[in-house]
Amino acid sequence: MAELLRVSSLQTHYTSFGGSRVIKAVDGVSFTLHEGETIGLVGESGCGKTTTCLSIVGLLPSAAHIVGGNIEFDGEELTKKRPREMRHIRGRRIAMILQDPMASLNPLFSIYLQVAEPAFYHQRVRGRSLRQRVRDLLQAVRIPSPEVRMREYPHQMSGGMRQRVVGAIAMAGGPKLIIADEPTTNLDVTIQAQYLEVLKDIQRESGVALIFVTHNLGIVAKMCDRMAVMYAGKIVEQGSVRDLFRSARHPYTQALLGSMPKLGSKEPLFAIPGQPPNLARLPSGCAFHPRCAYAMPRCIEEEPADRSVGAEWKARCWLTAQEPAKEAYAGATA
Amino acid sequence: MPAPLLELRDLQKYFPVKTGSLLRRKIGWVKAVDGVDLAIFAGETLGLIGESGCGKTTTSKLILLQEAPTAGTIRFDGEDVSTLRGTALMQYRREVQVVFQDPYSSLSPRMRVGDIIGEPLEIHTNLSRRALAERVAEVLELVGLQPDLARLFPHEFSGGQRQRIAIARALATNTRLIVLDEAVSALDVSIRAQIMNQLEELQQRLGVSYLFIGHDLATVAHISDRIAVMYLGQIVELADSLELCAKPLHPYTQALFTAALPAHPDERHQKLAITGEVPSALNPPSGCRFHPRCPHAMPRCAVETPVRKEAASQHIVACHLY
Amino acid sequence: MVDILEPTRAPAAVVAPQEFASVGGRWIRLARELPLVPLAILVPFILIAVFANFVAPYDPTEPIPGAKIFEPPFWMPGGSTQTLLGTDFQSRDVLSRLIFGARVSLIVGVTGTIVAGSLGTALGILSGYLGGWVDQVIMRITDAWLALPALVFAIFLATVVGPSMWNIVIILGLVYWTRYTRVIRGEVLSLREREFVKLAEIAGGSRTRIILRHILPNVMNSAMVLASLTIGVVIIAEASLSFLGIGVPAPQPAWGSMLSDGRSMLMVGDWWLTVFPGVCILLVVLATQLLGDWLRIRLDPQLRNL
Repeated sequence: MAELLRVSSLQTHYTSFGGSRVIKAVDGVSFTLHEGETIGLVGESGCGKTTTCLSIVGLLPSAAHIVGGNIEFDGEELTKKRPREMRHIRGRRIAMILQDPMASLNPLFSIYLQVAEPAFYHQRVRGRSLRQRVRDLLQAVRIPSPEVRMREYPHQMSGGMRQRVVGAIAMAGGPKLIIADEPTTNLDVTIQAQYLEVLKDIQRESGVALIFVTHNLGIVAKMCDRMAVMYAGKIVEQGSVRDLFRSARHPYTQALLGSMPKLGSKEPLFAIPGQPPNLARLPSGCAFHPRCAYAMPRCIEEEPADRSVGAEWKARCWLTAQEPAKEAYAGATA
Repeated sequence: MPAPLLELRDLQKYFPVKTGSLLRRKIGWVKAVDGVDLAIFAGETLGLIGESGCGKTTTSKLILLQEAPTAGTIRFDGEDVSTLRGTALMQYRREVQVVFQDPYSSLSPRMRVGDIIGEPLEIHTNLSRRALAERVAEVLELVGLQPDLARLFPHEFSGGQRQRIAIARALATNTRLIVLDEAVSALDVSIRAQIMNQLEELQQRLGVSYLFIGHDLATVAHISDRIAVMYLGQIVELADSLELCAKPLHPYTQALFTAALPAHPDERHQKLAITGEVPSALNPPSGCRFHPRCPHAMPRCAVETPVRKEAASQHIVACHLY
Repeated sequence: MVDILEPTRAPAAVVAPQEFASVGGRWIRLARELPLVPLAILVPFILIAVFANFVAPYDPTEPIPGAKIFEPPFWMPGGSTQTLLGTDFQSRDVLSRLIFGARVSLIVGVTGTIVAGSLGTALGILSGYLGGWVDQVIMRITDAWLALPALVFAIFLATVVGPSMWNIVIILGLVYWTRYTRVIRGEVLSLREREFVKLAEIAGGSRTRIILRHILPNVMNSAMVLASLTIGVVIIAEASLSFLGIGVPAPQPAWGSMLSDGRSMLMVGDWWLTVFPGVCILLVVLATQLLGDWLRIRLDPQLRNL
């Protein structure tokens, strides 16, 4: 499969208080995504996953700037684009699905208008073919009776339906990449399951690549081919989902896996001690060391480099410089 | 069989739906809770799981006396809670507390943490300032926080720490039952594990009971001894936690399990059998409320409401299949 | 393997991540961010008002022996440095009268606002929190009160009870409380639904306790911002009443009555009798408005580190 997106050493900083406080929200993030692939961007709040996505689509808030690195998408360098050019890319070639469907939908416009907009604006589809397009899109996201539904308004639909409409809008421009930022957090369990099925179907039918941002490893296990685990603005481990679930190399990944409750098991959960880091005052060396059970003196002094630990598998940990990490975290293995 | 600490019997809560602005005639009822039987015993954790609109929030409000039931009883230590007045009522409030979902709005922003935790003590006891401070320090340590953090304000703490403070507050007055209403849902995964472990440890140490309300099956199953599954205001299944995970009987419970996210990419994956959305509680389906979405629906299901039966030892189901 | 939990150790460094780890640090940071312009105006006025007895060259109510009436300020022909800003129709020193007038304006402004604010906030809290018929009654009274034109109402009250500085304070408090009630009620309505209030109710807290410990502290911000924004209104109202002769009674100096006294002389060109008090009113009201604005932005919870 061809390479679609290559993020290299991306750095995005937030400045506040007139420049006196710099938060390195994204600090040297690199990953690659191929056409049709799904990658899960995993991490807890404040790790930088949303900022990474906003950097890619050029929707950073005014306090944030990309200060380094490259984002190559479909042969073009996105960091060099002007806002007007980004506007043509957004919606047409890269689409976003956000967490709150009510915030993504305009309450004043009908479903038809909102789903039609990307096709209308980017692909210049008009009239009857536009209506057909909307119908097809709504069907692709499994909304029953699309003819009727397209005349409705967001408030007349349930949460799950709305999120599907958001998915239809995302597909309307015919994108090659969809970035989904916690799209199912507000949905009920059964609705979430249905929605994820829909996403999978869309992907299979259209071959669109997917970046799935989430803190829920279960979603990654279900939906993603590859995953990248973020902590304090850096990717600490990335590789195929299977490899990481089976034998993660970074202690943080292992800890995350160990802290997931498993259905039908009462084994005590592994709880990572301490608190998530304060990005304004990061620990020295490896940002995870205060909470790491394997911390060595080197971890406090030096930031670990990103090293390859297998086929398309990288981890940022000094442990990888030695033998493979022992399986000390309960539940890290299958 | 010891007597239950808290017992709900035939509990019903109907909310009237009115139209018109001036005269406001009633046009129907939202049957938020419709005939719920539950018992929680001392020292145990009862999990209550269901999706939005199933009535678990309303149940928790009824238990906390924020709403009065339309019918049915709530008994605490054998006494009907609706008849409690004065000291007895204060006693109930002292022994039954709650921890809410959002750590950012459950702590009074302008009060110091020590005062927040000490408030139930102030309300219910006559402890001196010193005794109060000692108790607050004690409880802070119980939840794993340093006692000298009592003088700080809530905004200086992280989400997980705030939930600990909320738990400390709930424990301050020798509570016997804590309602945990999605108490860990808003927390990061690693913090969630910390808090859950802490809760379990506290239960072992203090013998406090929990009503753990949640929507994530794995989380609820992990911490609960028994689980009750709710759908549209009714309990459809009630069983021991491990038993339920091994053998879910009700089709809705089975759907919840199918819909649950896998713990591993290699897990066998079944296709979701149910479709559609949860119907509104304003006009619940006739007979068994789940029948329009049930893959095993029989003609009988649309007509007759299933009765709760003990299908296996300590395993109660309301379904015509059994 | 159970939890290797050690949050008790991790701690202080992580718990107090903001720049101010102690109350003292917080005040220092506040001082660095104070608004210069309003304070540069208000602080001198306040100091002058407080120390009027020491600052003013003459007794404001006594004619200056040896001075003419309507003497112009010292830089104009006919003026003298004995009476820096001139004299009025009773050859009283304008400067001294301005200084003592500051006292009146500030005292009435501040206390009037406090009366209005306390009354309005209390009613707003009761209305918002208790709801039901209490809410209805208070809201209808507020509506009715708001329908009365403020100044006309003040004039009416002033003529009924008779002029004196403290009467004016009460009157202005009674006229302007409605501004607070509406806003505070709205805030209380949303506060009431916040979880920490519900928790206090569930814990068995009495309504009094909840109002005093949970509701009141959280509306203080809005009340203070409202107060600082309306203090100017009260000052102008007092000036208006004094201008009309029913405010602070003569011979006690007030900027409003100075305006009134000097009105007729404007025609003949003796401008200093009206311009100086006018400028004083302008500066003080402007300063309080700016201060209120700064306070409003500063206390906006969205901009705070929550």
